[in-house]
Amino acid sequence: MAYTPDKPKLAESSDDLRARIPGWGADLDPKDRPSVPQEVFDPDLSGAHWEFPERQPERWPRERSIEHKFLTPVFGTSTPPRGLSGAIRRYSYAKYSEGRAAHWLLLLAADRVDVAESRLRSLVTGRPDRLIHETGVRSELSHHGLRSRLGRNRTDVTHHPLDPAIAAAPYLIGAGLGYAIMRRMARNR
Amino acid sequence: MQAMVYRGPYRVRVEEKDRPKIEHPNDAIVRVTRAAICGSDLHLYHGMMPDTRVGMTFGHEFVGVVDDVGPSVQNLRPGDRVMVPFNVFCGTCFFCARGMYANCHNVNPNATAVGGIYGYSHTCGGYDGGQAEFVRVPFADVGPSLIPEWMDEDDAVLLTDAVATGYFGAQLGGIVEGDVVVVFGAGPVGLYAAKSAWLMGAGRVIVIDHLDFRLEKARTFAHAETYNFAEHDDIVVHMKKITDHLGADVAIDAVGAEADGNLLQHVTAAKLKLQGGSPVALNWAIDAVRKGGTVSVMGAYGPMFSAVKFGDAMNKGLTLRMNQCPVKRQWPRLFEHVRNGYFKPSDLVTHRIPLEHIAEGYHIFSAKLDNCIKPLIVPNAA
Repeated sequence: MAYTPDKPKLAESSDDLRARIPGWGADLDPKDRPSVPQEVFDPDLSGAHWEFPERQPERWPRERSIEHKFLTPVFGTSTPPRGLSGAIRRYSYAKYSEGRAAHWLLLLAADRVDVAESRLRSLVTGRPDRLIHETGVRSELSHHGLRSRLGRNRTDVTHHPLDPAIAAAPYLIGAGLGYAIMRRMARNR
Repeated sequence: MQAMVYRGPYRVRVEEKDRPKIEHPNDAIVRVTRAAICGSDLHLYHGMMPDTRVGMTFGHEFVGVVDDVGPSVQNLRPGDRVMVPFNVFCGTCFFCARGMYANCHNVNPNATAVGGIYGYSHTCGGYDGGQAEFVRVPFADVGPSLIPEWMDEDDAVLLTDAVATGYFGAQLGGIVEGDVVVVFGAGPVGLYAAKSAWLMGAGRVIVIDHLDFRLEKARTFAHAETYNFAEHDDIVVHMKKITDHLGADVAIDAVGAEADGNLLQHVTAAKLKLQGGSPVALNWAIDAVRKGGTVSVMGAYGPMFSAVKFGDAMNKGLTLRMNQCPVKRQWPRLFEHVRNGYFKPSDLVTHRIPLEHIAEGYHIFSAKLDNCIKPLIVPNAA
């Protein structure tokens, strides 16, 4: 068919769709939708009874983006920074803005250091991590792991083998380094 | 209390943690009765989101019963059944005053580019989430709403994010009567977006995914025309063929950071974390929409750069619209739609998982085992 001015005809008319689909056209008017327009100035709408909220006490030096003027009046208090990962995080927040890749790469690196630290901590405290249990991999047996993947034409199956490799990478690298060190020590005797 | 905690990529467990405390006069403590695992939780689970700390509790979709309130809370009392939007917001900053609750400037010290989200890393404010027996809810006078008496708890929990986000995504598409709408991704948000597109008068709704069980749901739940991209050499060309070679009027990316369909993109972004997300679905949306059309982005992406086809978007004169959903703004209308029977949010729930089995829950959802579309979490204190 040639390219013409008209919009291609649809298989079903609005009346057909209204009859077939519950609620079709209930929000037909584009101006009468909850988020239209995006910005509607109405400071009383939310039910807040403050103009600027009271400040939450800062019980430890709370890391913050250097793009903020000050520490926000309310903030999350989950998992304060600690150890080497905490130092990396604090440095990243203090030094780089959100616009810098270094900021995010340092935070991602800190996340990996955090995992290693937590692993060591769990060993030292005598409560080693239950690695297999924590991956939830037992559900492969109880929830049809093979049947959910085989013959399903799923594109993600090609990279599923990478997942355990990512989860096990720190241990494989650690074991490799340990083996190399032991071997070198044995050679030097 | 018992709470899910993150232990590193692909690893979570249940731990005994201290109960959250009132830390601000307008806080509430909520005893969680239902939570859910969201597709965007999987980005955290896979270690993609910067500053996701070991020991954090995830979960931004939850409902529960008010257990305690701070001294300045006026609108809630202990014993109230509440649903809590995934956004943490103050109600009065520059952005909240304009209804942009997802972009609050007073709740996330870690970043200015994103507001506060429960249980979504320190990049989103460092708040513990609701996959636990109890959770701290800041700004209790502006965030939570009482669950309507007629509403089922399983429906309410889905309205705290997935339904609202899908509905919001359809709105950002600026759909007008007779529009052809294509939704990339048949997870819960994509399915609700498809369903919402009809409410806004779409003339044709197409859903693209690679999981047959989700496409089946798109046909039965969202009345959509479906295509499995794995069965097509080039899904963009196929989209053009079925739209008279013009493209769709509106395309919705309901996939986000871990899109499949291009192994190189997936591995560099989702596995090696060299991009803020694998923009396969977003690029397909840009390619599949007609010139002058609108792309609505609901998929969550990380703060790093991603290889997005901006040249095509510019050359085609596209409108790109995106945001985290300001959930509470959607609720009055969504309550009407649920009550009128246009939506039954819990129709998408496929699995109900006790909190103590959270590790299995995450693995089932992440690996898409057992035809899992939406898992709910039932805490012991429920």
